[in-house]
Amino acid sequence: MSAAITAAQAGLIGCRRCAQVWPQDTARCGRCGAVLEPHHRRSLSRVWAWWTAGVLAYIPANLLPMLHTKTLLKESESTIIGGALELWHHGAYGVALIILIASVAIPISKFAAVAYLALSVGKGGAAHRRMHLLEAVEYIGRWSMIDVFVVAIMASLVQLGAAVSITPGPAALSFAACVVFTMLAARAFDSRLIWGAVLGDKVVKT
Amino acid sequence: MTAHLIACPRCDALYRFANPANGERAVCARCHKVLVAPRLQSETLVIVLAITIVILIFGAVYFPFLNIRVAGLSNAASLLDAALVFAKGPLFILPLAVLGMIIIVPLARALLVIYALGPLVAGHPAAPGALRAFALSETLRPWAMAEVFALGCAVALVKASDLAIVGFGPAFWLFGLLVVASLLQDNLMCRWSVWAALDEGRI
Repeated sequence: MSAAITAAQAGLIGCRRCAQVWPQDTARCGRCGAVLEPHHRRSLSRVWAWWTAGVLAYIPANLLPMLHTKTLLKESESTIIGGALELWHHGAYGVALIILIASVAIPISKFAAVAYLALSVGKGGAAHRRMHLLEAVEYIGRWSMIDVFVVAIMASLVQLGAAVSITPGPAALSFAACVVFTMLAARAFDSRLIWGAVLGDKVVKT
Repeated sequence: MTAHLIACPRCDALYRFANPANGERAVCARCHKVLVAPRLQSETLVIVLAITIVILIFGAVYFPFLNIRVAGLSNAASLLDAALVFAKGPLFILPLAVLGMIIIVPLARALLVIYALGPLVAGHPAAPGALRAFALSETLRPWAMAEVFALGCAVALVKASDLAIVGFGPAFWLFGLLVVASLLQDNLMCRWSVWAALDEGRI
């Protein structure tokens, strides 16, 4: 198949879910029911809204405790980074790295990547690289949820009465919210905006 | 509907549609997204895998996935325990989210695929609402996190091994199989072919 023009240039609109093509003023895809939206720059406001929510949720996620550990002798709380550093000191380098990558490196690079993608709309150039970046963000983003699952597993498993017990802390909730918000920000970004020919803010009917 | 046209969902490039032969792929010339990749009998395999996923999820829910022993005390955690651990206190939204992402969403996706494609594979006309069912299954796709949970189990094993002796239970291995089955299913399915088949009401 070879492309000469885009659906927008042909006065048509393509469904982002099932790729079916419709006349430009169609509201919903008649096949899969997805809402058909032209790729306007204004769709970026949704990206920025989820992005901001994600960044805000990431702050308490790092400041509040993720786990409360109670043993016979002592009671301790650990944050995301504190827990990873503890693992590192115990010699579990691989697991400490997984936690640090999933909970620190991935969220922060996601914030940077989504902001870069949104800011670079309409600038042109490097489209393939930006497309790969978006695909990477969409693929990798969900793996950040691992720390929330680890907390859930630890807290349900380590319930041995007085000997040792673990309960989840409030950071688990804000971190889960942060992951969900950044996933929604990446999904709200319309990849067609990467490929030039950004439409104006008014629907052009042909 | 504008028949015989396909727009790349990634970059909006417009193509005149020509159905590739089984095993061949139609790739977007601009952004290289795979648009159509039909495979012989792939719908049947997708259904078989969906049924497998449903069975594995039921097993994974009931058996414990990790067990722990220390100083004569022991405990075993199942998926339901893990999801419900947040139920106490102010974190009540989390158990719903965790339960949803590791059990309900994967199970719902498998059942929706069976509902949408099952009758077609069996040679019957599509069930009412089959297109909507498949659309919902596609919308839910990024929120099914079974494989993330499986890696989480491994991390928790190492973390908890500081405190006690920890071992994998049967559900952990069922979860491993579940991850493989879901990956196979996702990669085998040609979405365009499924949409087209559901639209026409036959394969």
